Amino acid sequence: MAKIISIKEAVSLIKDSATIMVGGFLSCGTPDKLIDELVNSNVKNLTMISNDTSIPNKDKGKLIVNKQVKRLITSHIGTNPETGRQMEAGEIEVELTPMGSLMERIRAKGAGLGGVLTPTGIGTAIADGKKVYEIDNKKYLFERPISADFALIYGTKADKFGNVSYYGTTRNCNTVMATAADTVILQADEIVESLDPNEIVIPGLFIDYIVKG
Amino acid sequence: MMELLGKEKIREIIAKRAAKEFKDGDVVTLGIGLPTEVTKYIPNPARVMFQSENGLLGVGKNQDPENIDERVINAGGGYVETVDGACFYDSQMAFILMRGGHIDATVLGALQVDSKGNLANWSVPNKFTPGMGGAMDLVVGAKKVIVVMEHTSKGQIKIVEECDLPLTATGEVNLIITEKCVFRVDFDENKISRGLILEEINPMFSIDDIKKSTGCDFKISENLIEMKV
Repeated sequence: MAKIISIKEAVSLIKDSATIMVGGFLSCGTPDKLIDELVNSNVKNLTMISNDTSIPNKDKGKLIVNKQVKRLITSHIGTNPETGRQMEAGEIEVELTPMGSLMERIRAKGAGLGGVLTPTGIGTAIADGKKVYEIDNKKYLFERPISADFALIYGTKADKFGNVSYYGTTRNCNTVMATAADTVILQADEIVESLDPNEIVIPGLFIDYIVKG
Repeated sequence: MMELLGKEKIREIIAKRAAKEFKDGDVVTLGIGLPTEVTKYIPNPARVMFQSENGLLGVGKNQDPENIDERVINAGGGYVETVDGACFYDSQMAFILMRGGHIDATVLGALQVDSKGNLANWSVPNKFTPGMGGAMDLVVGAKKVIVVMEHTSKGQIKIVEECDLPLTATGEVNLIITEKCVFRVDFDENKISRGLILEEINPMFSIDDIKKSTGCDFKISENLIEMKV
């Protein structure tokens, strides 16, 4: 069952060179308190898997500015000029992946699949070095699963069983990331005794640790 | 002729024409920039639902700046309201919609588009590349791909025989709308392009103007009409 711990305790689990998935689309639905503590902890050489790198002075963006990320797998860095600067200076390695393919690669890991076949990227630079399969006269690109040591995700409400519910557009990639990491740390705005099973978006079994955001 | 049209007017012509593509009940995903201006011109009786890849079907107007709820955004990071019938979902569902063929139309900008229906709109070699975000999935999956752009950019031809910029997708563009004209990409039954067909022309321009500012041959539709906006 999920364990409720402090933000400091949770982040102390993450060591240098860890691979982390971080939820959120820009700053919406990001586990910002966990990231602030990760910036304080100053762990280095992280591989980060995230939809984007936000803006320089907010959540995911701070990890970039503080030079804690050496490798980044993401779909868009346009909102954070510092990511672009580090990429051009060769200080960070960036793998740009179509957003839908990134989500499916994460899902493949969480769902126990050996990868996914997607039409996205066929005939483009994204296909370089990847296997192409033809199924029913349509070409598909093989994309590998992707996993992480930790997923840092956000939830609007959580109960003590780890069940999570969301408000608005905050769920984004938090749900899929919860399935694909060895250890999942949830930052919740509110922690309650138990949620109505009808409103639960992420089943509690995926969550290892809950911190109060 | 170009000097007759200012930037504002060019954008208005393109956005107004693109808005006519939507039918009542359509689900539409828009790119950022010029494509978002299309929302201003949706014909009154048409109920079009706008989808945003961060997990919202039914994007409404911008939130009141005095009373912002940061938990509801669009894909550009703007704080938005929702319309009646709207729903929230996660990123997997967003791309089931987008890649899986459930979006009726998408409107996107382009750096280049070609006679084969190829689109280049995410990267320029030796220049900073922000990333493709959801564009590649969207273009592959949407039932209709509408490119909106100025016919040329600072004199540079953008409608070409074959794109030389990095591609977003191959053979997916259906319609090209510029301030000068509307081209349809003529696909055969195997979805191979037979080239572009000039379907509509802005009466401010001649066919000769369009030939001079277009980098590939095109057919002229037997039913060529005036581009009405």
